[in-house]
Amino acid sequence: MIGSTLRYFISLILISPGFPLSTLTVNLLGCFLLSFLLNVERSRKLLSPNLMTGLTTGVLGSFTTYSTFVVEAANLNSSTTTFLYIVSSLVGGLLCCYAGFKLANRRKVAT
Amino acid sequence: MSILCVAAGGFLGSICRFSISILFNKHTIGTWIANLSGAILLAFLYKWHYNEVIGELVWLFLGIGFCGAYTTFSTFGNETLNYILQKEFGKAMIYIFFSLTIPLLAVYYIF
Repeated sequence: MIGSTLRYFISLILISPGFPLSTLTVNLLGCFLLSFLLNVERSRKLLSPNLMTGLTTGVLGSFTTYSTFVVEAANLNSSTTTFLYIVSSLVGGLLCCYAGFKLANRRKVAT
Repeated sequence: MSILCVAAGGFLGSICRFSISILFNKHTIGTWIANLSGAILLAFLYKWHYNEVIGELVWLFLGIGFCGAYTTFSTFGNETLNYILQKEFGKAMIYIFFSLTIPLLAVYYIF
């Protein structure tokens, strides 16, 4: 509910004709945040399990979207843009997950 | 009103995704099924919205809200990263391959 409303807001703010920048933004940002949250919680156990499910499955799961990604990718008018969109989502998403993982584990060492 | 539609759809979508992940127990399969079925549903909704079979509010409720929240990119990214970190590159490749090809083919077919 919160995640999907945030996603909708971002889609209203980030308008980019020809390239689905807002979906790419929410997906990359969501990947980073989910990875960070899951890895921080694994080592620190700060939040209750119910709150974690709410934040990860609930907020971040709804914030990012796969169906819009697929439908947009299929709808882009040139195959170069489609390719670029898929590659940037995949590679960027994995890099963002890795960045979240790294940041979460670095903070564990610092404390 | 449009925000309410997105929020209500997102509420239902995330609950459906959560139920599916419990039902299938194995997480990647649950994510894959949610992402595939959500992409197929969104493709139909997109087509109907484009041809003005359904109105703007229905599109916001079911398309942006429900399908958007029901499918997730962040979990897909994190599950893939976990495979890579555990050096299970084959599983990561298979997961990416099936997550990309089957939903995209289904969506192209519907269009």
